[in-house]
Amino acid sequence: MFRPFGLPKVKPMKTKMKLLAALVALGAPAMADDMAPVTQDTLTLTDGYAYATLPNQPVAGGFLTIANGGEADDHLVAAASDIAGVTQIHAMMMDGGVMVMRELADGLPLPAGETVVLQSGGLHLMFMQLNGPLVAGETVAVTLRFENAGEVAIDLPIRKKMAGGMDHSATGGH
Amino acid sequence: MAATTQTKMRTAIAIGCLFASAALIWFAWVKPMLEDTSGVDFGRGDYILQGSDGQPFTQQTLKNGPTAVFFGFTHCPDVCPTTLADIALWQDELGPAADNLQVYFVTVDPERDTVDLLGDYVGWVDGVVGVSGSVAEIEKAKKAFRIFSRKVPLSDGGYSMDHSAYVMLFDKRGEFFEPIGYQEDLNRVMAKLNRLLGG
Repeated sequence: MFRPFGLPKVKPMKTKMKLLAALVALGAPAMADDMAPVTQDTLTLTDGYAYATLPNQPVAGGFLTIANGGEADDHLVAAASDIAGVTQIHAMMMDGGVMVMRELADGLPLPAGETVVLQSGGLHLMFMQLNGPLVAGETVAVTLRFENAGEVAIDLPIRKKMAGGMDHSATGGH
Repeated sequence: MAATTQTKMRTAIAIGCLFASAALIWFAWVKPMLEDTSGVDFGRGDYILQGSDGQPFTQQTLKNGPTAVFFGFTHCPDVCPTTLADIALWQDELGPAADNLQVYFVTVDPERDTVDLLGDYVGWVDGVVGVSGSVAEIEKAKKAFRIFSRKVPLSDGGYSMDHSAYVMLFDKRGEFFEPIGYQEDLNRVMAKLNRLLGG
């Protein structure tokens, strides 16, 4: 059957909720591979990460969550990083066992009051022509260009590539 | 403002195209391919490819099973590394029994993925063999395994690949056993693998 999923995960987030989320985030123990939240204009960028590359892997994905707390729409127009010859914005979905990916050449809309999640299996920054491997524990410096908020520099922590998705019951077991 | 609206329109169209492409691929290629049971069995064909273990990869290879076969490519930011990480997890869960399951990663992008390059790439997971060959032989293998793939042009002049992203299991005689879907629940996957390896 035709069962699209993974794109684009947009959920409205009210200001109170965001305040709550921020408080929860403050109270949570800081993990070494967590990105410090970045706020510019009406945008709040959180949960940025990339995965360590496999040997000879010439491309990599970058992920983050972008909340637009303003009353005006914004738009992620472009992304760039020194680690990659080319950085694009891609949308991906799984369809009946087939992975389908498309470049969003004109960027990604960030509607007012909504949160857009770039995550494994869906929307992502696509780093191509990598200059070298992405190593777990290091960071990827990325500059995002928004229509209204302007340019924002972030550092995506590089995580070790782990088995994806599943709630792994044996995490502590083997 | 006109330019802004136009940009948003174009993005909306791009996302719409993603869904449309997915639907088109499914109905035009994948569904008919999976429903076409008139031809050969999964994995049967006269393809001759090369493995990073120095051995040829042909339909005979499957007869030294059980095997798990996945089609992917190295210019793949998410699904292919995730699948390899999943395979490493399955091996971990299987313990010593994992040695009885030979895993093959066959490229759908033979123009860029040479056997040597693939060997290093899949070498990240113990015992996984990278498989490549000529474009024509890869096409034959794709047909034999009912794998869909096609190039998608990118604005920098390069390309990505849409492709089937499931792992196919074959029993020790080389008969198709069952597929494992992308990100399938670990308990279900382990049940399949245990049945395959116990049988």
